[in-house]
Amino acid sequence: MSYVRDVGALLRKDLLLELRARDTLPAMLLFVAAVFVIFHFALPGTPSRLETTGFLWVAILFTALLGLGRAFVPEREQRTFDGLVLAPCDRSAIWLAKSLATLAFLVAAEVVALPLYALFFHPLRGATVAAVLLADLGICGVGTFLGAMAVVTRARDLLLPLLFLPLAMPIVVGAVGASVSASPGRYLGFLALYDLLFAVVCWASFEYVVAE
Amino acid sequence: MGRLRSIPLPALAVSSLVLVTTALAFVFFVAPNDANQGFSQRIFYFHVSLAFTAYACFIGGAWNAFRYLWKRDPRADLESYVWVHQGLIFGAMVLLTGSIWAKISWGRWWVWSEDELVLFLVLYLFYCAYFMLRFSVDPGPQRANLSAVYALFGVVLIPVSFAAIRLAKEFLHPRVFTLHGPNFGGWILVTYCVAQAAMLVLGYTLYRLELGGKRLDARLRDLREALA
Repeated sequence: MSYVRDVGALLRKDLLLELRARDTLPAMLLFVAAVFVIFHFALPGTPSRLETTGFLWVAILFTALLGLGRAFVPEREQRTFDGLVLAPCDRSAIWLAKSLATLAFLVAAEVVALPLYALFFHPLRGATVAAVLLADLGICGVGTFLGAMAVVTRARDLLLPLLFLPLAMPIVVGAVGASVSASPGRYLGFLALYDLLFAVVCWASFEYVVAE
Repeated sequence: MGRLRSIPLPALAVSSLVLVTTALAFVFFVAPNDANQGFSQRIFYFHVSLAFTAYACFIGGAWNAFRYLWKRDPRADLESYVWVHQGLIFGAMVLLTGSIWAKISWGRWWVWSEDELVLFLVLYLFYCAYFMLRFSVDPGPQRANLSAVYALFGVVLIPVSFAAIRLAKEFLHPRVFTLHGPNFGGWILVTYCVAQAAMLVLGYTLYRLELGGKRLDARLRDLREALA
């Protein structure tokens, strides 16, 4: 029970911080809108639904990367990471709360981005929306974990995409498959499996990432 | 494992030399020509055994990473790193031989329809990122921790990516390939086994060689620090 309370407190802190500073979410929104405009000019002719679906997923992934790169910046700038690690709570709670916070930002960005996509390109299918939700879980869970790793390195923000993209390949397969396939069930199942598997791995190994 | 470690390095070097020579002789002079693909199919003996060795190296890296996190033994960290490094070298050779084979079979240097090859490309990028990560953290427990966790992610990624690539085929390439199905027996099997043994022994020899060098480096550094 106290674990849930810890996660809640940490999550509240992150959301409050974003509400006051407004660092991440406006940047993500602007980025995804700009990417759609770029896509329009990068796809010659009238792109098919298949092509734009692929690009939608590239846009989502890169927008998520933008948010994930910012996830641990407040801790680094204010030097509060040691305080978090010293707090008498399970360290995996830090990962869980931060993942939920980035998930909230990403979903908020997508609430704008998906209708925008439908407006600019092609209408969305129900399976695509389901895939977005499932993929978000995986992206935020794994991405936050790797963000915590990247933030302690010298290369910092540079490293996160390099660490993250190979691990995101299965997410893209599941998500694009669910968006374009006639029977999306298998792909959604695969995404759920990925989320579950990596959530367990991240949850179990996060304490080694923050340990001194 | 302990018994394997007590084999002296020169003995390993000699046996890998003998095995690799034997494997080359078998591949070129003993193994029969493939009915469909002819002479060029022989590169498969190396391609497949290199791939298997690379997997073995990555798994060795992950196992030592796990050992490090569990026992906090700094030697396991170094061993994990050296395994991954060897895996990356063998992985590069898998990509190279696969590319040559693709050129001969399909006239192009890269084909996306080969699951194993695509998987290796993803793994290659993943383990290159491992090196970027490792070299942008100062040596110490933190570097060991981060490397170990990332190496463990690798063994989770291997089966997941493989499943993903299989799934992706259904919407990327509706056509399903089955590679040369004919009977896998007789001299083909013997040649493959020899090639596989040669690559595994070669991999282990290189691992021991690099590990020895790295340990010597570390000792030299310690001595210099002690003298300074």
